[in-house]
Amino acid sequence: MMSSVEFYPVNNPIGDLVRSIFPEPVAVLINGLLALLSLMALVGSLGAVLIYLERKVSAHFQLRLGPMRVGPHGLLQAVADGIKAIFKEVLKPEGADTFIFFLAPLLPVSAAFLVLAVIPFDHHLQVADPAGGVLYVLGVSGLSVLGILLAGWASNNKYSLLGAMRSGAQMVSFEISIALLMLLIVMVSGTASLRGIVLSQQGTLFDWWIFKLPFLGIFAFVMYLIASTAELNRTPFDISEAESELTGGFATEYSGIGFAMFFLGEFVNMFVSACLVTTFFLGGFFPPLLGVPVIDPILSLIPGFLWFFIKAFAIIFIYMWFRWTFPRVRVDQLMYLEWRIMLPANLLLLLLSGLFVAQGWAG
Amino acid sequence: MATDTEKNEKAMTMQLINKYIPDNPLPEGFRLPLSNDSEAEEFFINIGPQHPSTHGVLRVVVRLDGETVVEVVPHLGYIHRGIEKMAENQTYIQNLHLSDRLDYLSAFFNNLCLCMTVEQALEIGIPERGEYIRIMISELQRLQSHLLWWGVLGMDMGGFTTFFYAFRERELINDIFEELCGARLTVNYFRPGGSSADVPDTFIPRVKNLISALRKVLDEYQTLLNRNIIFLERTKGIGILPPETALSYGCTGAVLRGSGVNYDVRRHDPYSIYEQFDFDIPLGKTGDCYDRCQVRMEEMEQSLRILEQAVTRFPSGPYRSQPKPTYKLPKGSYYSQVETPRGLLGVYIVSEGETKPYRLKYRSPNFSNLSVLNEMVVGHKLADLITILSTLDLVIPDIDR
Repeated sequence: MMSSVEFYPVNNPIGDLVRSIFPEPVAVLINGLLALLSLMALVGSLGAVLIYLERKVSAHFQLRLGPMRVGPHGLLQAVADGIKAIFKEVLKPEGADTFIFFLAPLLPVSAAFLVLAVIPFDHHLQVADPAGGVLYVLGVSGLSVLGILLAGWASNNKYSLLGAMRSGAQMVSFEISIALLMLLIVMVSGTASLRGIVLSQQGTLFDWWIFKLPFLGIFAFVMYLIASTAELNRTPFDISEAESELTGGFATEYSGIGFAMFFLGEFVNMFVSACLVTTFFLGGFFPPLLGVPVIDPILSLIPGFLWFFIKAFAIIFIYMWFRWTFPRVRVDQLMYLEWRIMLPANLLLLLLSGLFVAQGWAG
Repeated sequence: MATDTEKNEKAMTMQLINKYIPDNPLPEGFRLPLSNDSEAEEFFINIGPQHPSTHGVLRVVVRLDGETVVEVVPHLGYIHRGIEKMAENQTYIQNLHLSDRLDYLSAFFNNLCLCMTVEQALEIGIPERGEYIRIMISELQRLQSHLLWWGVLGMDMGGFTTFFYAFRERELINDIFEELCGARLTVNYFRPGGSSADVPDTFIPRVKNLISALRKVLDEYQTLLNRNIIFLERTKGIGILPPETALSYGCTGAVLRGSGVNYDVRRHDPYSIYEQFDFDIPLGKTGDCYDRCQVRMEEMEQSLRILEQAVTRFPSGPYRSQPKPTYKLPKGSYYSQVETPRGLLGVYIVSEGETKPYRLKYRSPNFSNLSVLNEMVVGHKLADLITILSTLDLVIPDIDR
């Protein structure tokens, strides 16, 4: 049997404490449970924080104040909304497939939850670090498109079905771009473990892959942002929800907690996506000026996971900025963007990066 | 020539279907035959009567092949209130408040048109100040309506932020209206011979303030939405309306001018004192959604120009002539028309010599503009249908009346 140290290669004091008290098999179990519980806490609190953030950011983009009534500056608005969603009646349309209808809202959240397990928040804050972490991320994040497809299919509503079909086509296409960009990072960093990718960017901010890879890094970063926005179904690529065309898209028939789960899934997925951008391009949990005298000791006072969150939330702000600025693209334009522009560009980028790596120019 | 024969063929097919297929398998109103293509997966979808993008209780039944629109049929009447029938039992003054409720975004124009018909019948003249008030209020209303249209256009295309930006300036105009007559939407302000009340002292300063505020932001609007690459991709070449089609359906307003037909009641059949003002009639070239949008954006500039001229020349003196509690129109029929933000609004009154009209008919611009919808959307995607509906700038209560 694997030892708990092998299973969780990243040690932290709590894990060590558990291992010192309990015998090996029990420690594996307890450590696993603790990790999952902390992830659950993270997902739960993230939902509230991100929803509040989005409402406030959108409000200030739109010359409004946003929620102001519940708690100081509307801080408790997300809690109030959550309670409301729980107590609302869950309606199921006639002719809907009951099992799938209620299963679908759980999938996007589950996908986000599973990806969060391999995100290195800090040196010692990672639930698991499989050697093929990137592959795992790619595989698991497919669950969220499955949720949307199932929801659209099971709702017995034409709007939902149209939304689901759009979303299916869109997310499957953009997943190719995302996979190619991930492959690029794996190639230049020489490892598929997410922790390994972060460790390969040790140094100042010019050692992050966004700058370390001459010219190409920036392109890859921008393309990853675009592709992940599309994958997240956010404006300008929110054609699957498209409230002005499809009223609510795949979520038209959902009410109460089912809708809340989709909502939560959407926001946590946005965080997951920002985490992946941080890990791949922005040096993960490293402070920006590692190794620079005088400044680095000061910056290093901020713990690594805070650096990680600062970077991730900066990316989230960019996603929100997109959403509250752009109009929506049309479904065929989206497909054109992926298959005729993004995909060839990605392949070219991959080719050039390969050249850079072979010549030893990449970092 | 090829298009002509195609059109003839289409017309003949329609006739044949109506004649020989009495039990048409398609829902009411659909004319095109079922597709011969076995691959086609056609289905019908209801946009409305409760839908965020119809801006009112309009129901559009769409025949879709996947995402592509095959045919649309608008169903009207969900907000029919019988205003024209009610009008027969009310005096002309009482009718003014009913006309507010036709096209609530151009309530002043509806008032104005009705008043003009009464004035025409009784040959009532309007004092100069009254005319200036009318023109300024009309142009303010045009600005207010176009601002709302612009905000909603962004929202229909998925960008919410435009809505709030448009409302920031629209509030300034609504405040002027509120101070003027106590109402922001259903105003009941103009009367035969002038208006119900004089403008307050703050009116001119407020209008000046508005002009300077709007001049600044109109370019900001262009940057935010109309110059955005996604917006350009979504509107250029979408929903092309040829000038002949626009004319044959009776389209007016920006829909007609977007197709390049130079017709504006203010210029070509001038009423009030529009001849004394210097303004341009913006025209489109291709008649696509983008042209209609740019025509409306340009119209806002022109309205500002008119307002600027009116502010500098605003005269003093009486604001209304010959006020009476009721007006008795001599026997006969009378017609007058104005250019509302949406197009040509006409009022036709048949009088039997009573204080109430025998028959009152509104010629609403929205009805004609909606009728042309099917010609524009065929072959486009579902998302384009929403864009096209939005650039038609419909107000549904005006269609149903």
